[in-house]
Amino acid sequence: MNISSEAFVLGMSALGAGIGMIAGLGPGIGQGIAAGQGAAAVGRNPGARGEIMPTMLLGQAVAETTGLYSFAIAIILIFANPLVKML
Amino acid sequence: MNSGVDLDIGVNGYLEYHLFGQTLYITTTHICLLIIMIALTVFGICANRAIKKADPYKAPGKFLCFIEIIVGLLDSMTIGGLGKKHGPSFANYMGTLFIFILCSNLAGLFGLRPPTADYGVTLALGMITFILIHYNGFKYQKFGHITGLFKPIPILFPINLVGEIANPLSISLRLFGNVLSGTVMMAVVYALIPKFLLIAWPGVLHIYFDVFSGAIQTYVFVMLSMVYISDAFDDEE
Repeated sequence: MNISSEAFVLGMSALGAGIGMIAGLGPGIGQGIAAGQGAAAVGRNPGARGEIMPTMLLGQAVAETTGLYSFAIAIILIFANPLVKML
Repeated sequence: MNSGVDLDIGVNGYLEYHLFGQTLYITTTHICLLIIMIALTVFGICANRAIKKADPYKAPGKFLCFIEIIVGLLDSMTIGGLGKKHGPSFANYMGTLFIFILCSNLAGLFGLRPPTADYGVTLALGMITFILIHYNGFKYQKFGHITGLFKPIPILFPINLVGEIANPLSISLRLFGNVLSGTVMMAVVYALIPKFLLIAWPGVLHIYFDVFSGAIQTYVFVMLSMVYISDAFDDEE
């Protein structure tokens, strides 16, 4: 079976985009830990809810960054692939 | 797409023009930004007229109360992030930034493509924050802003420098990535599910991807800008 080089690069790029999104594991675990700790903190001190919520959301948004980097790479590999132009 | 599925997530160019030998386009982002700009300007003019006509001896009307709530919330958010000393002078910029990013993120509800899902827009916002950080750093710490890069030991200078340069990139990529992921998910849902499911089901996803995620990311962008800027003041409150 003959595979043209374009098809090979495109297929491998799609695989790479899929594998790259495994990075979504890390932010998921991190945000889960942050939400759990936030819930525990609200349970221990319900009066401090107004302080805890913004801090938790800010921390979760920062933890999300690595996942978004991998998302940007996956989008670039699928829709604006730089490797195809190198052929 | 060859399979007959209409999946449109990119920025489309509508009007082509040439400038300095480059081919440029008026894109969906420009059109949507123009619509948001006009809407916010009209809102601002209406608010200004309402405030000028307000009678201080009577109870304020509904519209005036709405404006007062918005301004009060944005001012208290800025003062909470930057402190009582510097907060009031930044309230104008931070409030404008908040309203602009919120309207941009919510544009997906009106069938527009959110302008913040274009990296050109978010990088510009991140660069404004970057300039504000270093302008205030030099204004309040003078030369200490440069020598701060050599602390705690001089060999960490390259790492500190990369950390400073990464700030605008990370906050702009965070906003861009979140809004783009919502846009992609909504485009996939609209393109792939059968027509009879389009009646109510995408509304649930719009609430999460546009309203919830958009509002959270707006808050995070403005809060992180304020955290970075307040680091540049370097004084004990």
